[in-house]
Amino acid sequence: MTGHDLALGLLSDMIRVRRMEEKCAELYGEAKIRGFLHLYVGEEAVAAGSLRALTADDAVVATYREHAHALLRGIPMTAIMAEMFGKQEGCSRGRGGSMHLFDAPTRFYGGNAIVAGGLPLAVGLALADALLHRNRLTACYFGDGAVAEGAFHESLNLAALWRLPVLFLCENNLYAMGTALHRAQSQTDLAAKAASYRVPTATADGMDVIACHEAAQQGADHIRTTGGPFFIEYHTYRFRAHSMFDPELYRDKTEVEQWRKRDPIPAFTEQCLHDGTLSTDDVTSIEKAAQEEVDAAVAFAEDGTWESVDDVGRDVLTPAPEGVR
Amino acid sequence: MKTTYRTAVHDAMRDALRDDPRVVLMGEDVGRYGGTYAASKGLLEEFGPDRVRDTPLSELGFVGVGIGAALNGLRPIVEVMTVNFSLLALDQIVNTAAALRHMSGGQFSVPLVVRMATGAGRQLAAQHSHSLECWYAHIPGIKVVSPATVADAYGMLGSALADPDPVVIFEHVQLYNTSADVDVLSTTDISRAAVRRDGSDVTVIAYGGCVPKALDAADSLSLTGIDCEVVDLRVLRPLDTDTIIESVSKTHRAVVVDEAWRTGSLAAEISARIMEGAFFELDAPVGRVCSAEVPMPYAKHLEEAALPQADKIVAAVQSLFGGR
Repeated sequence: MTGHDLALGLLSDMIRVRRMEEKCAELYGEAKIRGFLHLYVGEEAVAAGSLRALTADDAVVATYREHAHALLRGIPMTAIMAEMFGKQEGCSRGRGGSMHLFDAPTRFYGGNAIVAGGLPLAVGLALADALLHRNRLTACYFGDGAVAEGAFHESLNLAALWRLPVLFLCENNLYAMGTALHRAQSQTDLAAKAASYRVPTATADGMDVIACHEAAQQGADHIRTTGGPFFIEYHTYRFRAHSMFDPELYRDKTEVEQWRKRDPIPAFTEQCLHDGTLSTDDVTSIEKAAQEEVDAAVAFAEDGTWESVDDVGRDVLTPAPEGVR
Repeated sequence: MKTTYRTAVHDAMRDALRDDPRVVLMGEDVGRYGGTYAASKGLLEEFGPDRVRDTPLSELGFVGVGIGAALNGLRPIVEVMTVNFSLLALDQIVNTAAALRHMSGGQFSVPLVVRMATGAGRQLAAQHSHSLECWYAHIPGIKVVSPATVADAYGMLGSALADPDPVVIFEHVQLYNTSADVDVLSTTDISRAAVRRDGSDVTVIAYGGCVPKALDAADSLSLTGIDCEVVDLRVLRPLDTDTIIESVSKTHRAVVVDEAWRTGSLAAEISARIMEGAFFELDAPVGRVCSAEVPMPYAKHLEEAALPQADKIVAAVQSLFGGR
């Protein structure tokens, strides 16, 4: 991939996510989207950069702040938006909502709203790949809050002990909901924790999309060569509230403003325009395409169907195949 | 030839590992140690460490690993040493295994089997002896089974592994040493209750370790002229209500025996279903024999006193006949 193509792809990815989520916030205000809505605004470089290191065969396990990962993994924005509306055409048939986006064709395993709940799952996906001799990896996203959970430590240990192909991607945005990292962790160097399990690690500036991509590529290459796990700590920041219910009493506005100056989208745009990788026409057409995609997604969701309440009990157990009682 | 329950569990796992390369067994001390209850003795040697995996003491972690592996093409049997320890993994079972199919709009099924020991009677006190089957039976999205016989100890595992959804198997610790004459062990269903003893006067409903006690009580009661039908629930979720209602409609009386605490128990659920489905068939209120509402005591006489026993079942049945 040339520098131009990569830059175009990365910028487009970040802008598509940003525009989609800005629209989601607006739709939340209009009560079209309800429940919890956790926006990724500010952190887009992490998903955009890292997901490009994966192949179509790999699996992705994400958190409840997973709109970006779902979209950039390849779930159509229409299906994501319909899911947020609770429509039957949603990627989880309206049964999951914002926090539980799933998609079998792209091997997107959620959308997990239990902090650190996805880590053991990712290790298990990787175990199956290892035992069945498939050369593919599982990318597992989680936040700094997950590092406090036992599941994090159990999973890192198991992945290292059994040498399983898991790419652990820690999105350290400095806050577990409203609790600052330093108020929750005696050791705030999260990569050090992973290293204590003898998992090789890297850290990357999560506001720099190229750095995010390179770190993930390094991790993926390591896994594909050795079969064992890799851990990346991304230093990033969430510009908006934790969820739509969060009054943000726990952090200073000046801190948010300082981080906003490092917004990965304008930063990368300026860098590409400056070094000539991209033209202003490129940027304009990315913005235009993103806007059209968002408009189409909203229209699709609006036009979607409400599942019949007669079907409320479906998809709890797997139906028996035809002819089997 | 006599086969023990332990041997039946062992042979079921051995045969599953032999017949299906997707089957793996993992859990604490399932390999070198041979299983806490010796149910997996020799399997590590026969199938190797890839397929018979000793895990660290990480119940939450390795149950979650089982879920992921099940999602991705394996058929894991995850052994949790005892139901009390399974509470450390309850999050993965309830929030992930049971919910994943629904949350994903039917895209992902979890063909996972979790086995665990349950129940009291070995003086293991308040952190190794409880009967929490009903906690699991409460959860939509999983199946819960309780083999009470040697035939089911063998036969239910195959059905559980063939099932596309998570199945939790509860093996009562008092049953491992029980034995029966079984010519051929084969797969048994995980959908129906079974009538273990035909009778006409009262239905005694039990599961797991209480089934032999119910049968003992029925033998005693027959000497007093009360003819008991004994229903072994076998499957705790989904409950086979039809078999229960059919039996109670015949006998017009019911006693539910449940090693769990009475409050919020399966015995309570079954009693409610009998009331909903056979109220006008009843000649007496539904009776219940459950454990005393106390964390299990260590001392032998106190443990025995806390548990359902045959004599308590006899008394509960007799009370439905005016103490006959």
